[in-house]
Amino acid sequence: MDVDLSVEKLSKHFKEFTAVDNVSFDVERGNFFSILGPSGCGKTTLLRMIAGFEEPSEGTIRIRGRDMASVAPNRRPVNLIFQHLALFPMMNVAENIGFGLARRNESKAEINKKVGDILERVNLPGFESKKIHQLSGGQMQRVAIARSLVLDPTVLLLDEPLGALDLKLREQMKIELKRLQEQVGTTFVYITHDQSEALVMSDYVAVMNEGKFEQIDTPQKLYARPTSPFVARFVGNNNRLLGKVMKSSGGLTELATPNGDKIRAATQLNVTPGSRAELFIRPESIIIEPGELPDLNRLQVVVGSVLFDGANSQLLARSGDADEELLISLPQNRQFDHIRAGDHIEIGWDVSAGNCFVMS
Amino acid sequence: MKKKVLSLFIAGGFLFGLGAGANAETLELLTWKGYAPQSLVEKFEKETGITVKTTYSNNEEMIAKLRATRGAGFDLAQPSQDRISSVQEKFNIYQPIDYSKIDTALIIPSMLEAVKKNTMVDGKSYGVPHVYGTSGLIVNRKAAPDADDYTALLDPKYEGRVSYRLKRPTLIAMAFAGGTDPFALYGDEAKYQELMEGIGQKLIDAKGLVKTYWTNGDALLQSMRSGEVNVAMAWDNGGWKLNAENPDIDFVAPKSGALGWIDTFAIPAKAENVEAAYKWINFMMRPENAAVFTNAEKYGTASAGAIEFYEADVKANFERSFTKADIDNIKWYPPVPAKLEEIEGKILDKVKASN
Amino acid sequence: MTPLSRARSRLPLLIFLTPILLWLLLLIVLPHFDLLRMSFRVENNSGDMVWSANNYLEFFREPIYWLTFTRTAVYAVIVTVLTLCIAFPVAFYITKVAPPRFKGFFSLLLLMPFWVSELVRIYGWMILLRESGVINHFLVAWGILQQPVELLYNDIAMIMGLVYTSMLFMVVPLLSVLDSLDDSLIEAAYDLGSNSATIVRSIIIPHAMPGIASGSIVVFMLSLGNYLTPNLMGGKNSLWFTEQIYNQFIASFNWNQGSAFGFLLLVISSLIIFIGLKLTNQQLSRVIR
Repeated sequence: MDVDLSVEKLSKHFKEFTAVDNVSFDVERGNFFSILGPSGCGKTTLLRMIAGFEEPSEGTIRIRGRDMASVAPNRRPVNLIFQHLALFPMMNVAENIGFGLARRNESKAEINKKVGDILERVNLPGFESKKIHQLSGGQMQRVAIARSLVLDPTVLLLDEPLGALDLKLREQMKIELKRLQEQVGTTFVYITHDQSEALVMSDYVAVMNEGKFEQIDTPQKLYARPTSPFVARFVGNNNRLLGKVMKSSGGLTELATPNGDKIRAATQLNVTPGSRAELFIRPESIIIEPGELPDLNRLQVVVGSVLFDGANSQLLARSGDADEELLISLPQNRQFDHIRAGDHIEIGWDVSAGNCFVMS
Repeated sequence: MKKKVLSLFIAGGFLFGLGAGANAETLELLTWKGYAPQSLVEKFEKETGITVKTTYSNNEEMIAKLRATRGAGFDLAQPSQDRISSVQEKFNIYQPIDYSKIDTALIIPSMLEAVKKNTMVDGKSYGVPHVYGTSGLIVNRKAAPDADDYTALLDPKYEGRVSYRLKRPTLIAMAFAGGTDPFALYGDEAKYQELMEGIGQKLIDAKGLVKTYWTNGDALLQSMRSGEVNVAMAWDNGGWKLNAENPDIDFVAPKSGALGWIDTFAIPAKAENVEAAYKWINFMMRPENAAVFTNAEKYGTASAGAIEFYEADVKANFERSFTKADIDNIKWYPPVPAKLEEIEGKILDKVKASN
Repeated sequence: MTPLSRARSRLPLLIFLTPILLWLLLLIVLPHFDLLRMSFRVENNSGDMVWSANNYLEFFREPIYWLTFTRTAVYAVIVTVLTLCIAFPVAFYITKVAPPRFKGFFSLLLLMPFWVSELVRIYGWMILLRESGVINHFLVAWGILQQPVELLYNDIAMIMGLVYTSMLFMVVPLLSVLDSLDDSLIEAAYDLGSNSATIVRSIIIPHAMPGIASGSIVVFMLSLGNYLTPNLMGGKNSLWFTEQIYNQFIASFNWNQGSAFGFLLLVISSLIIFIGLKLTNQQLSRVIR
């Protein structure tokens, strides 16, 4: 596969502060690549360096192999969708979309045709003469995307463009954006702090924290096998259990939690007994009343509260006098509707379901 | 007009009504800069307990101010004697002077009679003489040794070093310099217009020589001091003031005659404190007070005995600038008929607008 | 709301508005009516005042009057354009380029000259520019000039003085309108391939148009109505229309003619602004906001 965007050892230092710290990654042609991280992690700075609005302190950015070091933003084959879209309020829809084309000195007829085509593509046919303030949030979104896509950029950069939308519209736009990307085949680099956006749309997700990439992986792997405690905590819901390593052999490590529970977890390497470790276990990996299933960690817990939320209903339960409550997903067949707060239940999970990290 | 005055009164009443009533007696004086020296104001206030409030102005603005209020707002004004009768006829902004309230023994008799005659409307007189002086040339002798008449203002020799006011005295002076007596044509509007148009054209032709048309006396003196202007038409006292600093500069009585003016005391029609006005007139005409004014401002006054209190240089100034013949040649302004000022105004506008 | 309670809720408003309305009516509206009435009165040959439009016709009949007006208007337009050309980069620098902590400081610097009266500002200029002034002194001392030259009393000095006097009134509306311009619009235009010139032309100026228009109106009106600066700095060639009005009132005692000129100034300058707004496709309501 061809690489559209290649970032190598890229850093950005501000006064006494490093926003982007030695980041390297490649994005293949046609991929939807997301950079996921909390606010302030440096993802916007990274994106602005790719777009050309910030000068990197170190490292190189290549687009289709061409070094972008001395290329101004208006000459780069990338376009940026701004967080607040930055549509030009003094122009109508057609003028907004045709703006970049006009800068390339394309003919009026050519521009009109391309604008019409791209509006068709983003499901806004006939919107040419509409004013920006007449559009709904979703329509503005699509005009902004159309304005960049019509220029046929090598890489389209998106800076949390769904952030300002309400929840329902955001869900809808996620799907629409994904579909659009598949249709046009343009390489997308998308930054967000919303893990669900990243997981739903992306081919690859990079999790960023304090200027560094923690992990680059497919959404599935990122979810199932996070390589760092930060990723485990940041991507999806996770229960975190702390414990001391009792013994470790043959890829199986036994932990003792502060309140005396014994837990086994699969680990890749053997761990020195006595060191401290943390285990992350997904709410949906926990089985309620597991019966006779083999190879499970089993705990007796007291239900603290029942959180009914339709398909996403969950329980909060505590083992003995443990510090933290465990979050447990309720299966959708409603077989546990009888559970009430204060009930004593047994839970369990497969020893290979959790992710265990040694703490330094 | 009535409505406007009324509305101003009401608004003024809201703002100042309470305050004004409680105040001590005041004299609202509308006068020229320098005509009410601070030392004399203080002396007057001490003697009479009347507070003097001065507003500085010139002939045209004095008339406009009093016309706007139909003679209200001031207790005493100081227009030139030639600008009283026609204005009074038309706008009725002054009240007749009660000469019995004035200590006429203090005033040079010939001057009092002349002013009485010139300010007479319907058998009543409206002015008391106060200050007199002349307009002529102020010349820097070093740079312009032969400037001895108004024509020097039009002489290409002094290109860029000439300054005068774009006001009626300049037109009058140019008429005399050209050999015509404009005062003789006061009665003949058409001829006067023709004369003025000719003078206007001369001024337009010579406009390139002018540094600037001065409007502020102090600014003119500054220009002469710094050598930016060497020949100017201005009042005699300015030349004498400069002479004290730089002997090269002096006032020169022009060959075709200095223009003599007399500024008066006149009481506005709706003056509120007429008594204070008469007190001020009598106070200012007392020889010792008149001399204080003359010594400071270098202007002569109509006070009969003041000459004894003059400082030596004041006398010397006069003797240096005026020979006996020059004094006889002074052209005293007769009262100006109303319509003429409009003619002059248009001519002056044309001069200023030309390139 | 019942009529009674509505009336009650309006009462405080009325109490607050009354002084302002009285002020407007007594000191602005009534005198204007009086001036308007006066402008249609002329003295006939027998010395009586009669109704006539002669005062207005006189303006068009006598070239000196309408030429002075045209000259004044043209110079006011030049001053407005120059002020805009200087103020725009200044305002742009303060809002978009300067470090945020200096913004207040720069605005203060702009404001400083306005802590003294116009007269003092002009005398300041005169001290600098006059033949025996500061600039000439240095030019001669450095050997750039053999002889001092008069820098005052010409149209360029006058225009400079008017531009200086008008700066603040142009910068302030521009500051507020440029402040409201989202930086990302500029970046977006850049990102879409425009160069600086196109960004200024197609993004910044259209966005700033209401501010440009309101600043221009204020500067145009102030320049047109200025009296001191043309008189003191322009010197002998600077007949300004306001001076013409002053002369009618003060020197010629012709208040009727003066009032007519005053109203002509009001009407024609409003017309010029109206045409300007139409040409730039602006609405007055938006501009005033």
